[in-house]
Amino acid sequence: MPTRKGMEVSIAVSEAVKLANVDVISAYPITPQTHIVEHLSELVADGDLKAAFVPVESEHSALSAAIGAAAVGARAYTATSSQGLALMHELMFIASSIRMPLVMTVTNRAISAPINIWNDLSDIMPQRDCGWVQLFAINGQEAVDLTLHAFRIAEDPRVLLPVVVNLDGFILSHVIEPVEMPDQATVDRFLPVFKPVLRLDPDQPVSLGNFGSPDVFIEVKKQVEEALIGSEKVAAEVWKDFESLFGRTYKPVESYKTKGAETLLVTMGSITETAMTAVDAMREKGQKVGLIHIRLWRPFPFKEFFQAIRGAKVLAVVDRALVTGGVGGPVGLEIKSALFEKKERPYVAEFVAGLGGRDLTVEVFAEMASKAGRYAKAGKEMHYEMIGVREK
Amino acid sequence: MIAEDLKDFKRFTPKTLPKEEPLVFGHRACQGCGEVLALRMVAKAIGSPMIAVSATGCMEIISSPYPQTAWAVPWIHVAFENSAAVASGIEVGLKTLMAKGRIPERKITVVTFAGDGGTADIGLQSLSGAMERGHDFVYVCLDNEAYMNTGIQRSSETPFGAMTTTSPAGKITAGQTTWKKNLPAIMAAHDIPYVATASPAYYLDLMNKAKKAALIQGPAYLHVYSPCPTGWRHGTDLAVEVSRLVVETNIFPLYEVIEGKYVVRKNTRLKPVEEYLKQQRRFSHLTPELIQIIQKRVDAEYEKLLKLEGAKEEKKEEPPTEEGA
Repeated sequence: MPTRKGMEVSIAVSEAVKLANVDVISAYPITPQTHIVEHLSELVADGDLKAAFVPVESEHSALSAAIGAAAVGARAYTATSSQGLALMHELMFIASSIRMPLVMTVTNRAISAPINIWNDLSDIMPQRDCGWVQLFAINGQEAVDLTLHAFRIAEDPRVLLPVVVNLDGFILSHVIEPVEMPDQATVDRFLPVFKPVLRLDPDQPVSLGNFGSPDVFIEVKKQVEEALIGSEKVAAEVWKDFESLFGRTYKPVESYKTKGAETLLVTMGSITETAMTAVDAMREKGQKVGLIHIRLWRPFPFKEFFQAIRGAKVLAVVDRALVTGGVGGPVGLEIKSALFEKKERPYVAEFVAGLGGRDLTVEVFAEMASKAGRYAKAGKEMHYEMIGVREK
Repeated sequence: MIAEDLKDFKRFTPKTLPKEEPLVFGHRACQGCGEVLALRMVAKAIGSPMIAVSATGCMEIISSPYPQTAWAVPWIHVAFENSAAVASGIEVGLKTLMAKGRIPERKITVVTFAGDGGTADIGLQSLSGAMERGHDFVYVCLDNEAYMNTGIQRSSETPFGAMTTTSPAGKITAGQTTWKKNLPAIMAAHDIPYVATASPAYYLDLMNKAKKAALIQGPAYLHVYSPCPTGWRHGTDLAVEVSRLVVETNIFPLYEVIEGKYVVRKNTRLKPVEEYLKQQRRFSHLTPELIQIIQKRVDAEYEKLLKLEGAKEEKKEEPPTEEGA
């Protein structure tokens, strides 16, 4: 029987990558991703993980090498953060459009400037439209499990897209959490050896990454989009399978104390657990507050989302990135546009908070929930509000 | 080490050229393109089993208009500046899968093709990284001395004086104002086992070098002179002649750097640089003074090259030089 033990989440993630039996890891160090790749290089150096570790000279090359490895049919993995992810941006689109099923961990960290190593989601949000499946972990156990799910989803012949697993830098990646590490034999059943549909093989030559004229470009993009949207169904199957083997349940959108709730906090990532504590406190005071958190960010799980918010009058959306010069943050934007066509829709209060590692405490979540209620009652027209900004 | 790798190496002769064409006809290169000629020869010399990687550029565009392809071998293009990194991933991927018994154990040559911009400018970092890490692959720079695919803009490989659309022959400056970046020297400084320069006019020399590069364990770098009639403004029937003149004028000497040891193909028909320059309209604005400056530089560079060879030759006998066409 697997037991839970205290582990630094970064180490747990690298152990999950080991359990996934990856063939090639290419990585370039960036805080706060470093502990993951350090531990992986140790596992390779000790022969505990039979894989190649390619210590490339940049994140651009990290993703490029992972693409090359995946193209010959290897199970490929990389990890990065912040500026490193920004440097990969060009290749993010290419990896999905040439259908490379690789997996990347992003330890979310603010994008410079000012240069800042602390957590927010401003690194991953600009990668929203790159055609990757995107998952968010709220704790160490999820970070481990989602890493295993990611390979299954990516490599499914109906998907064949890269997957990113997001975990908050430092506030999740560097904390020690109780984690139940799955056992290798069961993981092997869950995640068999990667069997590529297509690979660079001298016996069956194919061309990958061809030049696409206006005659074909849009068709390629449509295929990627259909695969991405279709990956939600595959994720559901993968999660069902995972549940039967490991007993842990995963859904695209999760609900917490939503029964009878008028106001719902909407969160992503590890701030969720703090927000849950805030919900507990508010519930104790008799306030009708609950929470949903979005685990599957891309493709956006519309159906599951609408189901999760059913009955709620107010949504307090917590965004940890800013769509500059627009209407707030990317999550708020997504939700507002999703609700636009609904006849009955909750009031959406949009908050941008926690940028560059500003602490998001239980009190801050309570503040956002109660503000959302007040604004809804007053019918306040709001684009968004930045929380905790010192004006002087 | 190299001696061991090359123990079965047999030089190509006109009668033993391989029949295989990894890059087939039907591609969309310009009339008289010297680059596709060089590419074809390298691919032919290396042959199957190989996996080809192209950087973005002329050769990638002309060979791969989806749903067509001119590649009869597995081929991938990812982006402009990362072809060496993609090749790194392919090389370690193959090795790992072979070690794990997932694909049959055999030698598959990984070959990267990139232009001078993709090599000397935007791709230099990923190239340097791949060379330093020691991946077993062949990197081929097809040097047509400017960004031809985007419309003849200067690169760091554009020779002094050459007119491009971003180094025009103006009233104040006369074309490119800087000297060509010495990429083979930069590659040799990485202490890789094999570096060579080649020109398609010396096709046996070129193909033999490509074959050696493929046989040698570890990274190999080939810098291949690749005339572009469209960008250089010369006749479409002149690519081979221009490729010969550039060698005979010592502007582009042919040499190998084998485990650090320089081996220069001696030029027995030395010609003044003007012979070369006058065939191409990219140099048509050059004054006799500027041509003199170029001549002096070429002479000095060639002397330097011979010294590099001499410095290494003191201890050992001179190895045989490559036979040309």
